[in-house]
Amino acid sequence: MPSPDDLLRTSNCQPVALADVPLLDRDGFAAWLSGELDGNSSGLSALFGVPQSAHSVRLYAVTNHPRTAELRFMATDVGESYVAFTPEIPRAHWFEREIAEQWGIVPEGHPWLKPIRSHHAYVKGRDAWGRSSEDAILPSVQPPGTDYFKVTGDEIHEVAVGPVHAGVIEPGHFRFQCHGENVFSLEIELGFQHRGIERALLGGPDKRSLHHMETLAGDTTIGHSTAYSQLLEGLAGIEAPLRAQSIRCVALELERLANHTGDLGALAMDVGFLPTSSFCGRLRGDWLNASALICGNRFGRSLARPGGSRWDIDEGKAEELVARTNAAFEDVTGAVELLWNTPSVRSRFDGCGEIPRTLAEELGLVGMAARACGIGRDARRDFPFGIYRFSQVPTAIWHTGDVFARAYVRWLEIDRSVPFVLEQLQSLPRGEIRRDVGSLQPDALAVSITEGWRGEICHVAITDSDGRFAHYKVVDPSFHNWIGLAMALRNQGISDFPVNNKSFNLSYCGHDL
Amino acid sequence: MLKVLRERMNQGYRTMSWPAGAPPEMPDRYRGLPAIDATRCPDGCRECVDVCPTDAIERAPSSMKLDLGKCLFCTDCIDACPEGAIEFSSEFRMAFDKRASLVLDGKAVEMAQALDEKARRMFGRSLQLRQVSAGGCNACEADINVLGTIGFDLGRFGIHMVASPRHADGLVITGPVTENMRLALEKTYAATPAPKFVIAVGACAISGGPFRDHPEQNNGADSVLPVDLYIPGCPPHPMTILDGLLRMLGRVEERV
Repeated sequence: MPSPDDLLRTSNCQPVALADVPLLDRDGFAAWLSGELDGNSSGLSALFGVPQSAHSVRLYAVTNHPRTAELRFMATDVGESYVAFTPEIPRAHWFEREIAEQWGIVPEGHPWLKPIRSHHAYVKGRDAWGRSSEDAILPSVQPPGTDYFKVTGDEIHEVAVGPVHAGVIEPGHFRFQCHGENVFSLEIELGFQHRGIERALLGGPDKRSLHHMETLAGDTTIGHSTAYSQLLEGLAGIEAPLRAQSIRCVALELERLANHTGDLGALAMDVGFLPTSSFCGRLRGDWLNASALICGNRFGRSLARPGGSRWDIDEGKAEELVARTNAAFEDVTGAVELLWNTPSVRSRFDGCGEIPRTLAEELGLVGMAARACGIGRDARRDFPFGIYRFSQVPTAIWHTGDVFARAYVRWLEIDRSVPFVLEQLQSLPRGEIRRDVGSLQPDALAVSITEGWRGEICHVAITDSDGRFAHYKVVDPSFHNWIGLAMALRNQGISDFPVNNKSFNLSYCGHDL
Repeated sequence: MLKVLRERMNQGYRTMSWPAGAPPEMPDRYRGLPAIDATRCPDGCRECVDVCPTDAIERAPSSMKLDLGKCLFCTDCIDACPEGAIEFSSEFRMAFDKRASLVLDGKAVEMAQALDEKARRMFGRSLQLRQVSAGGCNACEADINVLGTIGFDLGRFGIHMVASPRHADGLVITGPVTENMRLALEKTYAATPAPKFVIAVGACAISGGPFRDHPEQNNGADSVLPVDLYIPGCPPHPMTILDGLLRMLGRVEERV
């Protein structure tokens, strides 16, 4: 068991030498990981594999520690199979499925080993489920993808939704086991949006890398492009100018404001409350147009760049943004207050899709979904990056773990983001907005943690001896949280699925990559 | 109830008057229809060609070609050009009915023609669309969705997003068509009764966008289905999408 002195520790975006990552045997690694995550506020930011040779894969774990704002690393080498960590460490479950799928390794004893993205392993000829590399692998069409969790009995019926489902929304597959209206179990299958981004990043950065970051989860453009930009800045040993950091964080908050406003409207729509739905539909556009005022694009494309920001906010624009922020906030307040004061809405939201705090902790939920269970994780406070190191946004927490809590936390975050945005716009640091990045530290490992609007975004880069990407891992907050939605539906009416789904509003493409 | 009414008075009437009235103003940094002034290009200069993430720009002997179907409307070419030859205008109208028309080469821009008389009679006042996201990043999807909100109010044109392909007159496709969605897309198209249209929205659906040539996807909708309308952008502004739909129905006539 490694002592605290053996652990390799660093802070957000600060690189370490790859060779310094402690290498343990499987049991030592598992014991360390258990210890790190047990009972305190630590989280598992990433657990992923990097091939070492034809027969072995090195598993890296990145844990995060809010109390000390540290990130810690450990590694272990595994062969074609190893004893799974999930039985002792439940929140490793989805990561181990990804490792199995990407590298064709079997984590023995994993309680629910199924593919998560439906693609061939990156090691030719290997497959954790014994499938041939000649045959196509498609989701929802053949085993093991179609081996859904099943409840048997005469009174049970099975409902399948998606990938093409009713709304204008990304595809996923939802398999319900129902008894009348009551859902015994929901299993979620993803992978339909898989575009092969992580593989395409290898050997970079190249001219597409940044554009991949902006589109890997297109509604979280600023979140992921900021995470990427910070990571490169860390690896290059530079800091973006403060003015740029402030602009990037303003953009990140505008992204949060737009999505939260839209979500509150969508939640209203799903319980048939049209006034708020209609007002918020318009207001979301107002926040997006504010982003477009800065960079010409409603989703923040072209704004965050390694080295800073491509666009400046001059005094005139700052004044305009302040005016728009104030106007939009006033109208959002009016629209959203209706939700909390309308009994028919409250009766649908309250107690619906409740996740107990202990379960949320065990599963490692992040972001809004965790804060709605009373878990105060927020990377802006815990691993401060950018201008958040100097200017804090209070963390929004509610404790009931239900649809109401997930809605209310969004409202609290809107309420707290607005003063932050106004403060930044009225006191932007002077100076330039962009700096040259230069070459990246070779043979290094660096991790960038950002708080996207859904939750913790984690980007991990490993560089080779030329300072190019030997490996790049993206963990979108949705990667942690899809299981939360599945659990929230247990013993709920199936007609509450849409409102629960909206209350999480997770990213399909951010998960699928 | 009174609170709701009071809030409605407060929020006001928000539906734009366009196309009857003027369109909303685009922000000054908005990047709409681009143009490359080839007379400014130095001999042998390939800065924009090389820097473009999707290889949308080609240098031909006497012109510069920019493929709007590949263009991400990012700023990389503007930043790379030493002569300021590339400009993105504030023109948001960019819908095309032929793939080849998306390749701008300095000549006249040929925007989408309206459907023929028979189709216009059938769909001009009632067009039901099924959206299929085949690997889209959610930006195109979101800016299609926003057309249903009160500012744009798609419903006033008789255009609706429907829940099932069985109810649809056409498909609106976003995303590069991932391998994992190809079968679902094909089945959805087959389930849509004829006559039917296919509208490709966004760089991904037209050419694969930033994912072009990734083995996990198919470089856009027309690798799988016949496309009737192409709306470029990353994502296209909602006004661009709305203009495209109305242009197809013959409800906006103005040539660009």
